[in-house]
Amino acid sequence: MAKQLTSEALPVDLPGVKRTRKKTKDTDNLTGYLFILPFLVGFIALTVFPVAMSLYLSFTDYDMLGQANWIGLENYQRMLTDDNKFLQSVKVTFFYVLTAVPFRLIFALAVALLLAKVMVMKGLYRTLLYLPSVIGGSVAISVMWRQLFGNEGALNSILAQLGIPTVSWLGDPAYAIWTLILLYGWQFGSSMLIFLAGLKNIPNSYYEAAQVDGANAWHRFIKITIPLLTPIILFNVIMQLIQGFMAFTPSYIIFGDGRPLNSTLLYVLYMFQRAFTFFDMGYASAMAWMLLLVIGIFTALIFKSSSYWVHYESEGDK
Amino acid sequence: MAIKRKTWQLIAQQLLLIVLTFVMLYPLLWMTVSSFKDNSTIFTTAHSLVPNKLNFDSYVEGWKGFGGITFTTFFKNSFIITILSTIGSVLSSTLIAYGFARIKFSGKQIWFVCMMITMMLPYEIIMVPQYIMFNWFGWVNTYWPLILPTFFGTPFFIFLIMQFIRTIPHEIDEAAKIDGCSKFMIFSRIIMPLIVPAMMTSAIFSFYWRWDDFMGPLLYLNQPQLYPVSLGLKMFSDPDSITNWSALFAMSTVSILPVFIIFFMFQRYIVEGISTSGLKG
Repeated sequence: MAKQLTSEALPVDLPGVKRTRKKTKDTDNLTGYLFILPFLVGFIALTVFPVAMSLYLSFTDYDMLGQANWIGLENYQRMLTDDNKFLQSVKVTFFYVLTAVPFRLIFALAVALLLAKVMVMKGLYRTLLYLPSVIGGSVAISVMWRQLFGNEGALNSILAQLGIPTVSWLGDPAYAIWTLILLYGWQFGSSMLIFLAGLKNIPNSYYEAAQVDGANAWHRFIKITIPLLTPIILFNVIMQLIQGFMAFTPSYIIFGDGRPLNSTLLYVLYMFQRAFTFFDMGYASAMAWMLLLVIGIFTALIFKSSSYWVHYESEGDK
Repeated sequence: MAIKRKTWQLIAQQLLLIVLTFVMLYPLLWMTVSSFKDNSTIFTTAHSLVPNKLNFDSYVEGWKGFGGITFTTFFKNSFIITILSTIGSVLSSTLIAYGFARIKFSGKQIWFVCMMITMMLPYEIIMVPQYIMFNWFGWVNTYWPLILPTFFGTPFFIFLIMQFIRTIPHEIDEAAKIDGCSKFMIFSRIIMPLIVPAMMTSAIFSFYWRWDDFMGPLLYLNQPQLYPVSLGLKMFSDPDSITNWSALFAMSTVSILPVFIIFFMFQRYIVEGISTSGLKG
């Protein structure tokens, strides 16, 4: 994504990026700053200041009542060595993210590939399949999901009808997290739309040329579709990863406090509990920084690895 | 023979898509149908998509809400929060986008990078210090924490609108400048009317993000008469107290109705917005 940004999408002049438009000398600092003033105020008051405060608080024992006492790295130490619930939430979250994100993306890609070929009623399918993505984050859907997988819910009712023993989907620690993964996968629509847009940009002539050369459908998929989609896959993976780590509402509504046996205790849910049930603001701030660190590492690793697997046409590897 | 094979392929594709779409929409259909079932049959034929009768009592009962506060209050609150924050977010984002896209000023690159970083920074990271801050201001149990931040622009929308402004030829600006227009006049008379589609897309996204927002109200509001629909429904659905299941389905259905309506009215904008900017849904 970064490469795309600097070469074409970046609307400001960066050093080293050639602009085709001739530079006119009409720098207007006052007007410029007036237009972006709302951003500046918000950025400083609602981003920079809270981020700095969060960093400071993470080294204190602030609890909303007393003074914030400096305790050094104690919060971080406690987190890593003396908090089983924290370790459990890390485990749950990694499992959730590493399962739900690939599940959603692979499904989205598969449906996009199918939809790209369809001529009849394409728009209708696209709209209807995107719908879960639009409303999936709402409380109503989480409430519905709880009933769907409940002991007397629709799924068990179907199983019973088919003569298959019913399962306590929400009550069994082995299954509970899967209901959240399914809910995440169900909202594959926006990824699907981004893939569809990417598929549309692949010139048909490539496929025709490949067909002339005798490549079968599988080869065309592996050698043309996938390589040309890699920039979009990269973008989707990063966006979905961040979104996955932040998952909160569904687990909060469906399971409340991480039931059963903390098997659905996602990271942000535990951070929320620490902050707003126990008012352990210092510890919660330390958790936020830990999360930011992990997301930063993941994103950096993916970007680093991208030079091996992401194909940019503009570089033209012949 | 070749044509025949192609026809079969088309039919197979259509069948596959019909089944897929049905399975994907089943939960929504099921929720809606269940809201019409009456409480005695809701679990005996749980998966069925055919209600035994059309029972609207669930809507009447559900609308009464809890603790004497009806869903009228929750809907009113949701509309206040959603509409004000959408106006704030779209207007400020448009101004900022124009500043970044069309005006040269020193330090622009740095601020633009700051904006992109803000776009990637999840809200959850700053939720604790922001809460402490708004708590100092005495803004807990007011709508300020939910509405005010939107007036400082939303990075996603700024980026989306900037992309749109970039497609407008510079010659238009220059012609207007020669005619004596100031930067602000170029913005309000020339650029604004041309970027209405991008503003619409932002407004639609803002509407349904704000409508669905749960964490914000959960943090800042703890008086039921202030709850928006999302939080009202959560309290209404409390598993320990709920007994009227069809009413719960009814209110769940009603709560996403505004998003539904907006989506089907403006889905063209949404689909294009996502496809062109990679905006999350």
